[in-house]
Amino acid sequence: MTDATLVVTPAHNEEESVGLVVEGVRALGLRSLVVDDGSTDRTSLVAASAGAIVLNLPVNLGVGAALRTGFRYATRHGFKRVVQLDADLQHPPEAIPLLLEAADRGADLVVGSRFGSGYDPGARRAAMRLLSVVVSRRIGVRITDPTSGFKVVTEPLLSEFARYYPAEYLGDTVEALLQAGAFGASVIEIPVPMRQRFAGTPTMTPHAAGHFGRVLLSILAGRPGRRGR
Amino acid sequence: MSILAQILVVVIALSAVVVVIALVRAHRLRERYAVIWLLVAFGMTVLVVARPLLDRLSLALGISSGTTTLFLLAILGILGILLQLSVSLSALEEKVRDVAEAVALADATRPIEEPEDG
Repeated sequence: MTDATLVVTPAHNEEESVGLVVEGVRALGLRSLVVDDGSTDRTSLVAASAGAIVLNLPVNLGVGAALRTGFRYATRHGFKRVVQLDADLQHPPEAIPLLLEAADRGADLVVGSRFGSGYDPGARRAAMRLLSVVVSRRIGVRITDPTSGFKVVTEPLLSEFARYYPAEYLGDTVEALLQAGAFGASVIEIPVPMRQRFAGTPTMTPHAAGHFGRVLLSILAGRPGRRGR
Repeated sequence: MSILAQILVVVIALSAVVVVIALVRAHRLRERYAVIWLLVAFGMTVLVVARPLLDRLSLALGISSGTTTLFLLAILGILGILLQLSVSLSALEEKVRDVAEAVALADATRPIEEPEDG
């Protein structure tokens, strides 16, 4: 079934690590797609040299948009499931088979959860715990790491995500989980080993608190995903 | 409200109409937004010139001063326009994202030096 699986890696200025990610993926016999989210460095070139198919977004749109681009590529080219893997090597590509095995057992969405050493400091930890509780309650499955960027998405959820996928910070993770729940997808979470960030800049920004509020609003509004007409 | 103030408001409203029409002619403002601003200028003029109308409206609302009613209506109108603009902006952001993703999808780079993929 590896032919029907595509590993999508959104990358924004990750030239130092993206090559290793692509090589790790290809060593598993899987196809690698890197979506370059408006990088100003050599991310795109490094990824292509390492053997990835590369999509170049002309402007920086955020992880969610990069992922949706990957989902759209996957559905158009007949892939039945997508592994979502970050470009910063925080999740080792060698852990992908763990997720795929879980997906084979029938889950539409598999979340690889980080049981990291010293991963979440202070206020962030509290915020994540709150999100974890709220998300778990909403989708009826215990999710300890709602902001994990290491997932497997299988059809028909893949097509749903290709149609609509939240773009903003936390949207691509937390809101996407809620969307999957609302879609009726079966979601499971499995623990996977993680490394410390290898390179690149963390997505945690001063705007994070604002986005946290926005996500809570979206949860309260009970209408994650599906905006517009 | 003094005659002078009334004249001032009408002059401002007329200037707004001139500016809006000039912007539309220069293709710097879409007609659909122009309509909103023309309605605002028209509404302002009517309320200020037809003073009894404003007074009757104030009385009905229980507001002692016609000026206050005017401000209230103006602020509500502005808030409405701002909300409408936010909605337009959201739609625009969504469209930009769609276009950018389509551009990326149309221009996939094949792996470099990949013998088995040809």
